[in-house]
Amino acid sequence: MKKLLIAFLLFMPTLVLAGEARDLADDPVTERRMINLAEKVRCLVCQSENVASSHSDWSNDVRQIMREKMQAGATDQEIMDILVARFGKSVLFDPPVDSETLPLWLAPFILLVLGIAFLFYQLRSRRAVAPEANLTVEAEQRAATLLNKEDNT
Amino acid sequence: MKRALIPLVVFLVLAGFLYVSLSRDPREVPSPLINKAAPTFSLPLLHDAQKMFSTQDMKGQVWLLNVWASWCGACKDEHPVLMDLAAQNIVPVMGLNYKDKREDGEDVLRKAGDPYTLTIFDADGKVGFDYGVYGVPETYVIDKEGVIRDKIIGAVTPTNLRERILPLVAELK
Repeated sequence: MKKLLIAFLLFMPTLVLAGEARDLADDPVTERRMINLAEKVRCLVCQSENVASSHSDWSNDVRQIMREKMQAGATDQEIMDILVARFGKSVLFDPPVDSETLPLWLAPFILLVLGIAFLFYQLRSRRAVAPEANLTVEAEQRAATLLNKEDNT
Repeated sequence: MKRALIPLVVFLVLAGFLYVSLSRDPREVPSPLINKAAPTFSLPLLHDAQKMFSTQDMKGQVWLLNVWASWCGACKDEHPVLMDLAAQNIVPVMGLNYKDKREDGEDVLRKAGDPYTLTIFDADGKVGFDYGVYGVPETYVIDKEGVIRDKIIGAVTPTNLRERILPLVAELK
């Protein structure tokens, strides 16, 4: 019984898959195109969501505007340009690589190179300062016997 | 000794970055419209659907465009601040009643007072969209040439009015 319940609970998430926010779809082709495009746009009111799946008022408006622009014959790129002109590049989930965003795109690689350089430097200097064994004769002999013992076992 | 300081320096740098970015409001997206020409429009007034307001009417004046709605909570917070500003008669403040019902908008101004030189009625939010409005209230400072010089996202407070909006208005005049 308990197992059954656990199994049921594990499957719960598959039953509650959130659907896309539904809208009037008088033209399914435009609607599909609009949803595809809206998936690439960030909802500014609920920032981790995209406009296609958000139920916020603002996203509803953006979807409506996309629909109207598409019906008026605008290309996807033109619609994206309109959005970026009004709300900035942060509406794009996949921001373009340009002079403004370049530092962000490069930062991980710069950090990686710095990290590797630091690691090499550390390893080299550690080898250089590895202390010379400064043992008395007796201690050396003891160490040798201990080491040999280990070898034999 | 010098070596021991390295982790401390790394920690302080990280702490500095975190301090700055955690104290920022991630909802405040910088507007690309600043220093661009304010979108032109022509819309009816809230109080009189027959009369039109056009951005052309404001040429040669520094003015504020305050986007508000009866359904917006933060608008109620900034309302007394705008009333104070209106009483001082420094700069014309145009209200843009955004995605509202005409009677609801009028009701707010009748009950709480009307701080606006004029109130423009943007029923479907199309003008709001052109101005990149995504959260209400938002306030735009527009100069004599019709260029947006600043945008305040969220409520106008006595502090940002004194330190940000009014100095800019004085400079633009």
